[in-house]
Amino acid sequence: MKCRSCREPAVVEVRRHNAGFCSPCFIRHCREQVARSIHDYAMIDPGQRVLVAVSGGKDSLALWDVLLALGYQADGLYLGLGITDYSHESAGYARRFAAARDARLVEVDLPTDYGFDIPTGSRAARRAPCSACGLSKRHLFNAAAVNGGYDVVATGHNLDDEAAVLFGNVLRWDLAYLGRQHPVLPGGAGFARKVKPLIRLGERETAAYCVLAGIDYVVEECPMAAGNKHLGYKDALNAIEERSPGSKAAFYFGFLDRVAGLVGEAAEAEREGLHACPGCGSPTVADVCAFCKLAARAVRA
Amino acid sequence: MKVTLRNPRRQIDVPGPLGVQALLRRLEINRESVLVIVDGTLVTADATIADGAEVEVRPVISGGGT
Repeated sequence: MKCRSCREPAVVEVRRHNAGFCSPCFIRHCREQVARSIHDYAMIDPGQRVLVAVSGGKDSLALWDVLLALGYQADGLYLGLGITDYSHESAGYARRFAAARDARLVEVDLPTDYGFDIPTGSRAARRAPCSACGLSKRHLFNAAAVNGGYDVVATGHNLDDEAAVLFGNVLRWDLAYLGRQHPVLPGGAGFARKVKPLIRLGERETAAYCVLAGIDYVVEECPMAAGNKHLGYKDALNAIEERSPGSKAAFYFGFLDRVAGLVGEAAEAEREGLHACPGCGSPTVADVCAFCKLAARAVRA
Repeated sequence: MKVTLRNPRRQIDVPGPLGVQALLRRLEINRESVLVIVDGTLVTADATIADGAEVEVRPVISGGGT
């Protein structure tokens, strides 16, 4: 297989583009895809400060690397979630990445700063671990961005992530979640803008980007994620993708182009009911925000 | 060839030479879900792997999705 751009031998193929790439052309291709997403969805304005949510995994480190390469003022945020040795190991990857590039890494540690870890929190709140983790991350990313004066939080959600979430939301016809599923969630009082610049890259591409760009990342899966619904959705979509390359992109971008505008009202109505949580000041539609409820139960446990 | 698999990490011997696609079919692995790295170099699905090669089949699917 030859590189689509320069005709040198390819090292990675992207079947949905019916293309192979050599290493330099693939790295350039990935950066162009991210730049295109940022432009098309007006994700980051010139001069804005970006906080990249970094886990030590392939997606978030690839994103941070690309944003720095594109010239953005991007700092990293690592959340220690207290997930046994996995959290220690993943923190090491994030710290080494930052040190090698002389980039700033902000760290928040859930057990130290909030008094509980994800395994305890999920048991106490009777939530699936990934649910407690996602809730905590969304809250803490936003709080760190608002408190740190960042304009934008960037997360490493890729095309596979978004297609799998969409698949789950469609299976349940969850209009509120569908209305919120957009690569840009606007900022506002108490909210930093949230953006997903990797939506044009599949996770096979972000992994290949890391390998080819020399980015060392935690390859092992989070021990708490095994068997979750999201992974099942990804398996199902990959079975379709293997037979019909491009299906995931058609599914997700078809939603953005033709459906998202029809279901956005539910999310807008929800935002209109927001007020400050009495516990932490974060916006919520409930009496107390979901993170404060989780933290209270976890600390009592 | 020695093939390293992950989650959990383990190593198996597979006789070569063998194409990348044939290796993944033999292991019953969806090609969309992994990268194949041969002697430290990423390879495409049409590559042939020599018998003595060190091969890593690296999963790319990750978890939480929230």
